[in-house]
Amino acid sequence: MRGEGAAVGSSVEAVFREERGRLLASLVHRFGDLDLAEEVTSEAIEAALVHWPAEGVPSRPGAWLLTTARRRAVDRLRRDRVLATRLAVLQAEAERAGPAPPADADRDLPDDRLALFFTCAHPALPAQDRGALTLRFLAGLTTTEVARAFLVPPTTMAQRLVRAKRKIRDARIPFRVPGADELPERLPTVLQAVYSIFTEGYAASSGPDLQRTDLTEEAIRLARILRRLLPGEQEVAGLLALMLLTDARRAARTGPDGEVVLLDDQDRTRWDHAMIDEGRALVLVALTGGQPGPYGVQAAIAALHDEAADVASTDWPQVVALYDVLLTMVPSPVVALNRAAAVAMRDGPEAGLALLDGLADDPRLRGYHLYPATRADLLRRLGRDDEAAASYRSALALVGTEPERAHLLRRLASVADD
Amino acid sequence: MLLYMSAATDAEAGDQCTFEDWIRYEREMKDSGIWVSGHPLQDLTTCTSVRVGADGERTITDGPFVETREVLGGYDIIDVPDLDAALKWAARSPGATGGASVQVRPIAEIPVGV
Repeated sequence: MRGEGAAVGSSVEAVFREERGRLLASLVHRFGDLDLAEEVTSEAIEAALVHWPAEGVPSRPGAWLLTTARRRAVDRLRRDRVLATRLAVLQAEAERAGPAPPADADRDLPDDRLALFFTCAHPALPAQDRGALTLRFLAGLTTTEVARAFLVPPTTMAQRLVRAKRKIRDARIPFRVPGADELPERLPTVLQAVYSIFTEGYAASSGPDLQRTDLTEEAIRLARILRRLLPGEQEVAGLLALMLLTDARRAARTGPDGEVVLLDDQDRTRWDHAMIDEGRALVLVALTGGQPGPYGVQAAIAALHDEAADVASTDWPQVVALYDVLLTMVPSPVVALNRAAAVAMRDGPEAGLALLDGLADDPRLRGYHLYPATRADLLRRLGRDDEAAASYRSALALVGTEPERAHLLRRLASVADD
Repeated sequence: MLLYMSAATDAEAGDQCTFEDWIRYEREMKDSGIWVSGHPLQDLTTCTSVRVGADGERTITDGPFVETREVLGGYDIIDVPDLDAALKWAARSPGATGGASVQVRPIAEIPVGV
């Protein structure tokens, strides 16, 4: 009996994971209220937890959940006069917009998640909240989990989410997919929100590792959903490719004691080659059929690294050429820094150093530890140990995470004589 | 839509929109049926501020208290379904160009019965 219960339990978990975002999106579409949608989604899931173990999982669990949630929503609206007034307005608007969709139970859960992506990442919301909203409403993480993801206290995150939800409601941020004319302007904020989730997970060599891995996986899962919903968008393919090609190196990025292992020293047999293959196929999609975007170009660079047998045989001329392209799209000093490092691989450390010196006065690189760290590595390769040591010390003064600090200390020890 | 423009002192800076641009924009709003009301405001030099202190005493001063580069130059109330629609109209306003900006804010709805 117990085993059976556990089996139902795990399939129920899987159903919730798959259906929660769709359910929520569908309810927001119908009722225009994120809070209400959230509450009745939770209630429907609770009801399922009561009924399904006894009666079995229904053949169309999504439709079951939607019907249950809608009934609860209508009940609540009947009780709540303020909301009821709003609903009357919404229904009038819906009627004006066109005929209602066919009756609930006969339809599978409609997929309104794309509209929810655009709502959560609307440019009228603070940039820092877009990733959080996406995790909360599309990935279905709890507020506590979202707080942990972005390394803020749960109460802070709760306040931020409440404020964002209030703005969505009161400023009338629409729940809809932008038209073709607005899509190029709006899609980047959605992609950036998903990518911010990925980078939060990827950049964390510190902290509880498992949770951070969950984040990169969640970002990839969200990008796969986007890719299904927007199959014609090259940058969606580009973002998914970039994340797959980067995450493929995860196992080799840290040593047995959690220390940083740079690309040069990684054991490439430990890379996930299935992910690399999938990423490479997506890069082709991202680069063909129209002007590629910054994610596609970054993915192409990642693919060149992932395809090479070792650092020496990497196609550095091609890497530099792609950075040239990227620099025209994203004129950021960090991109210029990466380009300089690639030039150093193609033409030797002096050439890279000359480019780095040209960036020395950029205020945006002040406080960025990878600038002195990159400089130090080039000086070390030139045998200019004293200067390298000084640069490693500058980097150490700026570095944030422990594993990176340990790495810099090891490098410093290799060039400092004392 | 609140139209924020440069204070008169630096009005000569940048390419300013013409009077005709405003006339055209206003006509477009009216023709589309979204325009409810609105007014341009007189220049900041005509502004007078009133404050009533805790003791009930009235203080009248010349101009706004806060020294700002941008001042409210006028407003338009429009009736559109959502923020995206409002932002589209705001972006078409001559007041959104030349370093000026248009702020979009919903009118607060006071609940019935309060």
